[in-house]
Amino acid sequence: MAEGSKERVGVGLTDPDEDSPNMIVYRKIENIVSRIQDEKAGGVAIRTVKSFLSKIPSVVSGVDIVQWLMKNLSIDDPAEAIHLGSLIAAHGYIFPISDHVLALKDDGTLYRFQSPYYWPSNCWEPENTDYAIYLCKRTMQNKARLELADYESENLARLQRAFARKWEFIFLQAEAQVKIDRKKDKADRKVLDSQERAFWDVHRPVPGCVNTTEMDIRKCRREKNPHRVKRSVYGVPDDSQSQPSPVHISSTPARKLTQEDVEKEISFLNLQLGRHCMKVSKVAESLMGYTEQFLEYDPLVSAVEPSNPWISDDTTFWDLEASHDPTQQRVKKWGFSLEEALKDPAGRDQFLKFLETEFSSENLRFWLAVQDLKRQPLQDVPARAQEIWQEFLAEGAPSSINLDSHSFERTSQNLKDPGRYSFEDAQEHIFTLMKSDSYARFLRSGIYQDLQFARKKGKSLTGKRLSGLMQSS
Amino acid sequence: MATQEVQLNETLVHLKTESESLKSKLEEERAKLHDVEHQVAEKVEGLGQFVMKTRRTLKGHGNKVLCMDWCKDKRRIVSSSQDGKVIVWDAFTTNKQEHAVTMPCTWVMACAYAPSGCAVACGLDNKCSVYPLSLDKNENLAAKKKSVAMHTNYLSACSFTNSDMQILTSSGDGTCALWDVESGQLLQSFHGHAADVLCLDLAPSETGNTFVSGGCDKKANVWDMRSGQCIQSFETHESDINSVSYYPSGDAFASGSDDATCRLYDLRADREVAIYSKESIIFGVSSVDFSLRLLFGGYNDYTINVWDVLKGTRVSILFGHENRVSTLRVSPDGTAFCTGSWDHTLR
Repeated sequence: MAEGSKERVGVGLTDPDEDSPNMIVYRKIENIVSRIQDEKAGGVAIRTVKSFLSKIPSVVSGVDIVQWLMKNLSIDDPAEAIHLGSLIAAHGYIFPISDHVLALKDDGTLYRFQSPYYWPSNCWEPENTDYAIYLCKRTMQNKARLELADYESENLARLQRAFARKWEFIFLQAEAQVKIDRKKDKADRKVLDSQERAFWDVHRPVPGCVNTTEMDIRKCRREKNPHRVKRSVYGVPDDSQSQPSPVHISSTPARKLTQEDVEKEISFLNLQLGRHCMKVSKVAESLMGYTEQFLEYDPLVSAVEPSNPWISDDTTFWDLEASHDPTQQRVKKWGFSLEEALKDPAGRDQFLKFLETEFSSENLRFWLAVQDLKRQPLQDVPARAQEIWQEFLAEGAPSSINLDSHSFERTSQNLKDPGRYSFEDAQEHIFTLMKSDSYARFLRSGIYQDLQFARKKGKSLTGKRLSGLMQSS
Repeated sequence: MATQEVQLNETLVHLKTESESLKSKLEEERAKLHDVEHQVAEKVEGLGQFVMKTRRTLKGHGNKVLCMDWCKDKRRIVSSSQDGKVIVWDAFTTNKQEHAVTMPCTWVMACAYAPSGCAVACGLDNKCSVYPLSLDKNENLAAKKKSVAMHTNYLSACSFTNSDMQILTSSGDGTCALWDVESGQLLQSFHGHAADVLCLDLAPSETGNTFVSGGCDKKANVWDMRSGQCIQSFETHESDINSVSYYPSGDAFASGSDDATCRLYDLRADREVAIYSKESIIFGVSSVDFSLRLLFGGYNDYTINVWDVLKGTRVSILFGHENRVSTLRVSPDGTAFCTGSWDHTLR
């Protein structure tokens, strides 16, 4: 078995923010993306492509990215590489230069890398005011490539209605942004504009696309910016009206370890040191043995008679399993261990029947009664416990069981304050008794042997036996 | 007063040193038992090609599916979603049973089917309630609900023990608890995690009284239900443990974590014995479950990876969901497994 031994990082050495689940994924993606861009270290060539009337700076083709992923991350199946690449795109680290939909294609489609400024690991949560400024400024610039898509025009219309009163402010901000942008170099602008657009494709995705900024709320509390102080993409001062989202309440700071805590830890560790453990080789053998034994009972790995209901839409298999007329395969399972036999209701019945022939059925009945006791609602427990005592353990009990004096003492003590676990000792003792004694005889008994070899007289035959008969007739 | 404080600090430091040295000693001891190399599982036959397909798709939730559970009848399931609805389905026919309970709050992060098949438990916000199921369409199920559990923070998982009368819950408040359904009384509480507990699983044995829990403190703890004590603890993951599941024999369990790995821990050897990971898998595991030879993992990259338990290799990768897989369980008889996703569907 593969063994993974990682060096344990000392507690407190890692920055708690870096530890958060989202950060872990982002860092991994960032590592991949950096490696792809590092041409000297086997990355992909990022080049300027000459197109129709202009040059397209700083792009990579989809096919190159897919090839790189397959080669460097040991991926055999291109579908897997495309899927991973699409996820990296969906999170905003790479993007197609002429599409709002963030997915990777295994062809000549051109992609660009996102600027680290816009990386999700910076915990962006842009406000609608920023989005409004962005859409607004795009309408101000007379360039075909900056034309709004349908869904964006709809969004802009909605925002105009929502921000009706402060639209003048937004308009001014947008104008200011346009001025800033004009000062930049033309080639740079193409790249910067596309990166900005990709940023918004992540935070305001095309309808129907997955919004990858959604987070598992159970983990939100530990994010880098728990109070979600909104940082504006365009440097707009924070709108004091916005309240921190109720979900993002900062988690309680980790309690400082008290002396009691450490003492508890020490006693736990001492206990662990004293524990007798199995060697891994023995464990491995045991696991392999178990798997081998039960493999024929795993419907996802072995064929099932007559068929897996989910595949064939035929429920015969379930009907057979539910019947009290067990198949040979089921009966064979009872022979694996007493636990297996008792798991199957039919197995329980047969074992009980057998014990009755030996006049020791009270053992199993006691065991079953105690199991049942543990399933009762709390208020019924004391009464039921008393009943069990009367039936199996009291002087002159009708189904008196044979307990060693130690267990008997403990049990009668427990009964003074009866609880669900009052009979644990006794139950364990009886179970061991049945396992080492009666169970072995059960497996050799006529009752069991008959079932195993389907030598039932006058009863209906099941499973393999039946089909065998039919073939011969 | 100052000297007392100094003394206390010194004692604390002293104790911490003792604790650290015990931990190293324990690691050494356990490492001595690791007497095997990879060859052991190499002798095992490979599994060959697997064809696993989606056989049913359950549509009906209006938002992310957060949790699901199978009924013992092997065909019905209960699922809960961020749309506040808890739906019981007959997965075989894909029909919704008539009970779609609407919760007062939208975060129904946990749900469980009662062993009898007659009730479901739903965890919403910090409480867990049990709703009896009825065939009468007109019955207002919400009215008959029983409030059972109450934590001081969100409820992350709930499960019935092998009886309709007891429920085990885990919570963001760092504890697990066992409750009596009838009275709502707390039977036992389990303290030991240093952060939110995200998941739990009960030992499969009828005679066992243990369960395992996993949390944001990267630890997986095994508990004794009778005493409330933590019997074993495992800390090798590098991030939150989102899901734990016992191996059918009860001697081992697997865990899935945000560090993108699944790991197998053996209780008898008291250590991690296998790790299931690949360089190309970088997104966290949200849920794990076993069939006998296979370990299924639902991942945040929308896929399901199927691992060979013994060999540690990946057998198959399944695509189909369009958003994170949030929950995954194998059916009680192992004929199928079901996944729930943020794409609003179950498969």
